[in-house]
Amino acid sequence: MSSLRLTALDALHRALGATMTDFAGWDMPLRYGSEREEHLAVRTKAGLFDLSHMGEITVTGPQAGEMLDHALVGFVSALGVLRARYTMICAENGGILDDLIVYRLREDAFLVVANASNAQLVLDELIARAKGFDAVVTDDRDTYALIAVQGPESTAILAKTTEADLPGLKYYAILPAQVAGRDVLLARTGYTGEDGFEIFCNPGDAEAIWQALTAAGEGHGLVPCGLSCRDTLRLEAGMPLYGHELSTDLTPFDAGLGRVVRFDKTTNEGAFIGRKALEKAAAEAEAHPPRVLVGLVSEGKRVPRAEYTVVSADGAPIGRITSGAPSPTLGKPIAIAYVDAAHAAPGTTVAVDVRGKHEPVQVVALPFYKRAR
Amino acid sequence: MSNPQHLQYTKEHEWLTAAVDGVSTVGITAHAADALGDIVYVQLPEVGETVTAGETCGELESTKSVSDLYSPVTGEVTEVNQDVLDDNALVNSAPFEGGWLFKVRVESTDELLSADEYDALTNPQG
Repeated sequence: MSSLRLTALDALHRALGATMTDFAGWDMPLRYGSEREEHLAVRTKAGLFDLSHMGEITVTGPQAGEMLDHALVGFVSALGVLRARYTMICAENGGILDDLIVYRLREDAFLVVANASNAQLVLDELIARAKGFDAVVTDDRDTYALIAVQGPESTAILAKTTEADLPGLKYYAILPAQVAGRDVLLARTGYTGEDGFEIFCNPGDAEAIWQALTAAGEGHGLVPCGLSCRDTLRLEAGMPLYGHELSTDLTPFDAGLGRVVRFDKTTNEGAFIGRKALEKAAAEAEAHPPRVLVGLVSEGKRVPRAEYTVVSADGAPIGRITSGAPSPTLGKPIAIAYVDAAHAAPGTTVAVDVRGKHEPVQVVALPFYKRAR
Repeated sequence: MSNPQHLQYTKEHEWLTAAVDGVSTVGITAHAADALGDIVYVQLPEVGETVTAGETCGELESTKSVSDLYSPVTGEVTEVNQDVLDDNALVNSAPFEGGWLFKVRVESTDELLSADEYDALTNPQG
């Protein structure tokens, strides 16, 4: 009936009674039961996610690091082997094309993980940008399924399925390992604001790994989790989502993420795609930031949602919501918004135009939630 | 999901009881509640307000979306479900029972669907 792509775990999701949704051309679990309960399980116990829609691209070759330094805004070649970094790919004009995680698998091999919605674009750009470098860009979207275990119990659960040295696997590190007897790439990364792991595996092994983790999670409160709670988890953690906080119209500096742009790169004589425009954007952001990304918290019940207008006390438009949802952890509606710098100080009371009615909200610093370590 | 036979339905996924002393009870179907997900905000018409068949009379907000509530009938609202206003999750957990939304003195109705017709609408494969 449709041309949606199915993950290797599709039959399992249906057996679990998941509500499915079209996400960037993939038929993905939105939720299995109550998204609020899934969210709270990740905050207090653990959740199991199918993230096979994410776009894996491998870059290999003697100049793979230099090539990625040229193609991305980060200093990728400086990354240690088996470490990971959050970075971005920008257009020549500085606009954000996607945000990425790059894992260094070997001295001469990197795994780039793009958002599903941008994976083809990132792949095409990397292939084009590799010209002149001794590096090969490979589309590995169908090579991997991706399963995540997130939440405070995730180490205890995963430990039952692997011999890998989990305490030794640092945040933003990756390790070739075996989970449930299958070869995987095991990364300590996530998009929930909790400790957790992401498991890149052969699609043919995904079901066995999912089942093994489900069995290991018994007694630990592990529940299957859909994309709905993934969105509220990342929102509480103040993490941007491409298409919401990030877009081609914005530079990393506009998004308050200028730190990902590494002007101090030493490879390629410091040149990289977007550098000139980004230097200008950095100077502008320093001198007179236009709009600032802030958190908003409402004391009411109505939810400020993406695209709603933020207004000042006297009703003048001063910004735009990029993401909003009822926060299960805080028990009140929260939102991220771009707001004029004059109104961006934490503690400022502004309002959101919720379908014609101005609902008061307070500006807060991001993130809304930070886990205790 | 089974839609009770004794109720009537709208294409906008509301249900309506047969009138008792001229008053019917209105709610949303399990199909609608399930599609919305966890409901976090419910706005209902006020008691004494006249609602009009086919027009919006409130809204339901879930984690992911906002949906208008359409009245299946024209008439005066006689009661709203305070339990639902206090605990929105009732709409998810018992959409056909404790999760009812409001009662209305029926003057006229739109064209309504039987349970079987509504089943066919929401589950076209049967």
